[in-house]
Amino acid sequence: MHMADALLAPAVAATMYAASGVAAGASVHELRKDENTQKLPVMAVTAALVFAGQMINYTIPGTGSSGHLCGGMLLTGLLGPQAGFLSMIVILAIQCLFFADGGLLALGANVWNMAFYGCFVGYYLIWRPIMRGKLFSGMGARGAGRAKIILASLLGCVLTLQLGAFSVVAETSLSGITELPFGTFLGIMLPIHLAIGLIEGVITAAVLLFVYETRPELLRDIGAGAGAESRTSLKTTVVVLALVAAIVGGGFSLLASSNPDGLEWSLFGNAEAGYSENMGLDEDEFGVTSSAADRAAAVQEKTAILPDYAFSDSDSAAGTTVSGLVGSTLVAAIAVLICFIGGFFRKKHKAAAK
Amino acid sequence: MDKVSHALVEFREMDALAAQESPLHRMHPLIKLLVTLAYIVFVVSFDKYALSALIVMVLYPILLFQISGIPVRTCFYKLRVVLPLVCAVGLFNPFFDRAPLLFVGSVAVSGGVISMLTLMLKGIFALMASFLLIATTPMDQICAALRILRVPSLLVTLLLLTYRYISVMLREVSVMSEAYHLRAPKQRGIHVSAWGSFLGQLLLRSMDRADALYQSMQLRGFHGEFYYAESPRCTPGAVGYGVGCVAFFALARYVDLPQALGNLFVR
Repeated sequence: MHMADALLAPAVAATMYAASGVAAGASVHELRKDENTQKLPVMAVTAALVFAGQMINYTIPGTGSSGHLCGGMLLTGLLGPQAGFLSMIVILAIQCLFFADGGLLALGANVWNMAFYGCFVGYYLIWRPIMRGKLFSGMGARGAGRAKIILASLLGCVLTLQLGAFSVVAETSLSGITELPFGTFLGIMLPIHLAIGLIEGVITAAVLLFVYETRPELLRDIGAGAGAESRTSLKTTVVVLALVAAIVGGGFSLLASSNPDGLEWSLFGNAEAGYSENMGLDEDEFGVTSSAADRAAAVQEKTAILPDYAFSDSDSAAGTTVSGLVGSTLVAAIAVLICFIGGFFRKKHKAAAK
Repeated sequence: MDKVSHALVEFREMDALAAQESPLHRMHPLIKLLVTLAYIVFVVSFDKYALSALIVMVLYPILLFQISGIPVRTCFYKLRVVLPLVCAVGLFNPFFDRAPLLFVGSVAVSGGVISMLTLMLKGIFALMASFLLIATTPMDQICAALRILRVPSLLVTLLLLTYRYISVMLREVSVMSEAYHLRAPKQRGIHVSAWGSFLGQLLLRSMDRADALYQSMQLRGFHGEFYYAESPRCTPGAVGYGVGCVAFFALARYVDLPQALGNLFVR
């Protein structure tokens, strides 16, 4: 879900930077209140752990594929929303700088799509209400705690990933990057991330359950001191969890497939409008009524290498293309020249060093 | 080699590049950071059909690769992460935007193809710029630059600490997964029965490590702020470099330079 710089227009990127910046400022302010510097190393180590943990492949039973950890929910459960959010920012910044995963300009958007939803929405809408609620109270303190963690992790990962995927689509569409219609793009992104969210939710639940079994005091909002009763093995829990996930996933996919598929719909829609007949580049009819062609024609007037060549009978248009191509070739030549000069100076430098 | 050890190698490689010596390495980190950001902003702000105008922007990374002596190969290796996503989004353009924009001989090139190529170039250029920044600037210098920009010290310290700990964690995870795979041959990932305990064990150990880390930091007099290693001086030449770069980006953005250059020869 990491967005690259090229997928965002500067205005959208700046807006997302501002939004994430406000959230980060509020988090820093909140964390400074308790003046406890002890949290800092815990945050750093946990962030590093999540970073490394996301690289572990978890085999999904019955399939050849593997899943990964959902960082936002895990950090929220362990550190709380503010500290989790800042840790996620740091993880995303390092991923962007060192592994080219997401861009420098897109960092604001990535922080919003992954860290904000994962930490703030995940905590205030899901983790805290579920942990403090009286859900599963018939299962005994321990069982209820376990069930709550599973529910919160699953719901949290699915919801926050859906929100994130929606934001990716919205930001890309607002930036005018893709010609893919908004609905179609959304129709592709959401189901994919539903599946990813379910798997990430199960893995996150497994890790949080382990922490709950061994050191419950590390988790947020969980009443510690519950006696050990009705111990079910972790394996059973995970299997039950996977079953629930499969049922939920199946239900969702049935719902999704009863609607017409977005891509199919848009292609059919275009075919009915006579779009497919125009594939043979019938210029007399094509482009006169199409809005895409109108837009393209407007752009052609402004840009150089894409002149009004095909539609106009003026000679100057041909000249424009040629000069654009010649200019580009010259730029390439300059680039090669720079390389040669650089190589020359480095050789000289090496020779001098010897 | 598995993914974790790969990441570890990549991490060390970047550190080694940043520790090299060149005029670019010696430049003030804040100027490098701002110029990089300006470059990316200008690159992505090009019109989606402005393929020819965008091409000029290749000169900046090429010049920097030459000045710094950083191998281009390392950078292109990183493209494997960025390009698939950009391509996945861009690949739909030729299907939806079929209006022919340009003819090469008798072959029509549609707007979608041009916008797809522009998008890919933008992706590659933006990546090269941020790669050059991180390959010529050590992390503590970047953190110092962020402090000059008034980014809260809590966040900057967290960034630096996490950065230090990532290599420790990666090594730990690498050792653990190697041990796991030696005991469970022919298994590609972590089995369901160990989903929770594998990372959970490491998490518990890490919490103890964080405690020890905090104690050692306190014994050394930590009170919430690091003192960063001395950054290179901000010389007038560096400021001139920054202003010159941004002026060139703006010129390239608003004047179609290849077009103008071509006109000199064609007409």
